[in-house]
Amino acid sequence: MSKEKFDYFIKGEKGKYEVVIGLEVHAQVLSKSKLFSGSSTKFGADPNNQVSLIDSAFPGMLPVINEECVKQAIRTGLGLNAKINNYSVFDRKNYFYADLPQGYQISQYKNPIVGEGKVLLDMPYGSKEIGIERLHLEQDAGKSIHDMDPSNTYVDLNRSGIALMEIVSKPDLRSPDEVNAYIKKLRSIMRYLGTCDGNMQEGSLRADVNVSVRKEGDTNFGTRCEIKNVNSIKFMQMAIEYEAARQVELIENGEKIDQETRLFDTKKNETRSMRSKEDAHDYRYFPDPDLLPLKLEQKLINDLKKSLPELPDKKKERFVKEYGLNAYEANVLVSEKEISDYYEEVAKLSDKKLAATWMMGDLFAMLNDRGLDISKSPISAKHFAELVQAIKSGEISGRIAKEVFEIMVESGDNPKKIIESKGMKQQSDPKELEKMINEILSKNKDKVDQYKAGKEKLFGFFVGQVMKLSGGKANPQLTNEILKKLLKG
Amino acid sequence: MADITNQSLNDIIENLKKKKVSSTDLTKAYIKNIESAKKLNAFVTTTFDQALDKAKQFDKKPNFDQLLPGIPLAVKDLFCTENIKTTAGSNILNNFIPSYESTVTKNLWDNGSFLLGKLNCDEFAMGSSNETSHYGNVINPVGDQLVPGGSSGGSSSALAADLTPATIGTDTGGSIRQPASFTGTVGLKPTYGLCSRWGIVAFASSLDQAGPMTKTIKDCAIMLESMSGFDEKDSTSINKKKEQYSKNLKDNIKGLKIGIPKEYRVDNMPKEIDELWEKGKKILKDLGAQLIDISLPHTKYALPTYYIVAPAEASSNLARYDGVRYGYRSKQGKDLIEMYEKTRSEGFGDEVKRRILIGTYVLSSGYYDAYYLKAQKVRQLIKKDFDDSFTKIDAILTPSTPSSAFKIGEKTNDPVSMYLNDIFTVPVNLAGLPALSLPAGVDKKGFPLGLQLIGKALDEQKILNIGYAFEKNCGFKNEIKKWWS
Repeated sequence: MSKEKFDYFIKGEKGKYEVVIGLEVHAQVLSKSKLFSGSSTKFGADPNNQVSLIDSAFPGMLPVINEECVKQAIRTGLGLNAKINNYSVFDRKNYFYADLPQGYQISQYKNPIVGEGKVLLDMPYGSKEIGIERLHLEQDAGKSIHDMDPSNTYVDLNRSGIALMEIVSKPDLRSPDEVNAYIKKLRSIMRYLGTCDGNMQEGSLRADVNVSVRKEGDTNFGTRCEIKNVNSIKFMQMAIEYEAARQVELIENGEKIDQETRLFDTKKNETRSMRSKEDAHDYRYFPDPDLLPLKLEQKLINDLKKSLPELPDKKKERFVKEYGLNAYEANVLVSEKEISDYYEEVAKLSDKKLAATWMMGDLFAMLNDRGLDISKSPISAKHFAELVQAIKSGEISGRIAKEVFEIMVESGDNPKKIIESKGMKQQSDPKELEKMINEILSKNKDKVDQYKAGKEKLFGFFVGQVMKLSGGKANPQLTNEILKKLLKG
Repeated sequence: MADITNQSLNDIIENLKKKKVSSTDLTKAYIKNIESAKKLNAFVTTTFDQALDKAKQFDKKPNFDQLLPGIPLAVKDLFCTENIKTTAGSNILNNFIPSYESTVTKNLWDNGSFLLGKLNCDEFAMGSSNETSHYGNVINPVGDQLVPGGSSGGSSSALAADLTPATIGTDTGGSIRQPASFTGTVGLKPTYGLCSRWGIVAFASSLDQAGPMTKTIKDCAIMLESMSGFDEKDSTSINKKKEQYSKNLKDNIKGLKIGIPKEYRVDNMPKEIDELWEKGKKILKDLGAQLIDISLPHTKYALPTYYIVAPAEASSNLARYDGVRYGYRSKQGKDLIEMYEKTRSEGFGDEVKRRILIGTYVLSSGYYDAYYLKAQKVRQLIKKDFDDSFTKIDAILTPSTPSSAFKIGEKTNDPVSMYLNDIFTVPVNLAGLPALSLPAGVDKKGFPLGLQLIGKALDEQKILNIGYAFEKNCGFKNEIKKWWS
């Protein structure tokens, strides 16, 4: 298979520019309660209904670490092939804001719980490794609502104190496509692990995007800008494209790029300056004296490692080896845990290769049309396997299978019942077929003569007639064979 | 019967058990004392009705299997008390009524006692004279115009004036021991982590520790036993078995090794303090203890270290008082930033502002390494000094304070001389160790002076025992005339 070549450069008048991207992904930890309090983390509750005295920073309240959140961070770190630090420290990041009740965010600064790791991306030009710099645990802030009242701001603290994992990549990404693949891969890994639901609409996954540009071939990094809090892959890609073009234009005009924090305006599709480096907050980080350093026993890490599920990279390898899929098919089918589970259930009961083809074709198209996750599929894996088997055994043709599939979607019935009740079974009895074909040949003697005289194109005409007469149920392979035999005679 | 309110907590409990007095009559006696002692300004809030209800309930169904049966107690207004206003001595919490009870006060109530009122203190426990309170000065019953020490000044004053049979304070750099020394009472700062910090308005989290303030060592043991204990809601709480300090109190200290650190003999120390120290050494020696000269070489860095670490933590701990969710909010301010500025300018007093500024400065980028980080390193050295010494000795004897109680207003314009008051007490907080201040004598003006016993971590029983033996042989009697009533 010939591979495409990487080709994402910004073309300026004075040359080609490479775009360098690093991401700080904020992933909400899947846990019942918050990082340092017992409040629920459920999405969508009425404002300020999931707030404890700790989350709202009442006098004398103290944080107590939620062990499950720590385990989730370790699992994620292991899933990113990263070093788990036996010793980590919670720090206070101090700043004032109405939705930050403590006046500081508890985060990890110098000693994060997870160190360096890596993520593999499958790109059309081959696989690419993206370095992970670190992963640390921190508290989310609340939400300020500015548009409910003309003169007041409302504050919802339901989110205040929810555990986030900040996953910092190395500046290894080079295009919006790689960012897309990276976010999807991260999300896939965390969903396999059950450590983050990856739901971007609900804000469970957001990212700060660091962008810089440099002339193709340069080895030094350019000055970077950080685009804050982008909450969809599409917006990330748009922001990167805009920002890279802006920086190239500045360079080409001989202007300086200021290191700054920028915002992406999704309505105008542009980034704009939020604050410069000079105005950057002085967060006055220091170790939180209310919390002891987090010391992890190696046994806990080892036990968690042993209990990890099979992750997408490993599963992909196995799908290729065990099921004879090609790399592309395997990649698609392991992209989400639910998809791979569905596939494996189908493959257990039917032809593995044919199952993959039909899943990636008709099933995905149908789910896509209806905006459904595979977990909500109207066709169960068992029924789908029966359909695949009916095709494989020749019981129904591919064309009929599509009809059966449609009926399955609407009725939820199993394919056997549909095939039988609608008489859709393929005609595979050679005697019956021969009778039918003889009937057609005797009706079209002139065409038979023409065929025998060399007009072989007419073969298709005869097949068409057989299909018409059989109502589409004639076994195409057998029809071909018998037709050829009889036309010779 | 004689005035019950000038008896020790332990004697009061005995009298209650013997039915010589009821909890209701006891409570009424304290209420009477409190009402005639308004001049001292020891109370911010009183809870008389509630206390009398509790006393009546107790008398109806007395239970003497508890450590504090039917005892009314006033506590420092830094402890959050459920449905009772809790101010921390600050304007910014002038309307704050917690919906929760601090673990330490809850422990006291669970042992049979009940709340009599909330005691004045320096604002957010920042002060050594109770002059920074938004609710006014507290007067030391020892003499009109004298400060009661701080920050637990309301506590020391109320205790010495018989307005509560015992009380509790908090000690971040000496806030229990110094006021105890100024009022001729006993004050104990326990090992860091022995008493839960949950529900105590925080000043400096790594130093804050609640402890008892009492008239006698035995009372101190009873109170410590009642208030301490592991609390899973405080991550720095020590998980260990509860000890029976009062039952295990012993006055035999023969053979114990008492360290005398040469660095505590500071320049310009009044002769009287030196003489008091000598007196203390002699008493312990006569009781069979062995005196050993020791060195704690980093002592001189303790005060500067403390005045970096404590303000740094305070600057962050006090960020939550922003007018958004509870407490005082300025009516002025047209946007969020202005609301913050006005609220905090009007809500905090000068000393608190000074420490927030110092703390913010020492944590700022570019200064962090030179101040905060260095202070943390020095703190480790100070701790190591103690650890090294405690391999050879059982306890350390020092003066509690470099002087007796001073006059109101004497040091308010000179913060550094005010800070110097804590010179003997702060090293202990930096090292997380237990230390007891016990009354040992008076100066020539007749004002009380205290000596400090420092113990190994979690060795409260031993310093209480030494204090117990000392108390019996010292002959100190707190002669306070009730000039205010």
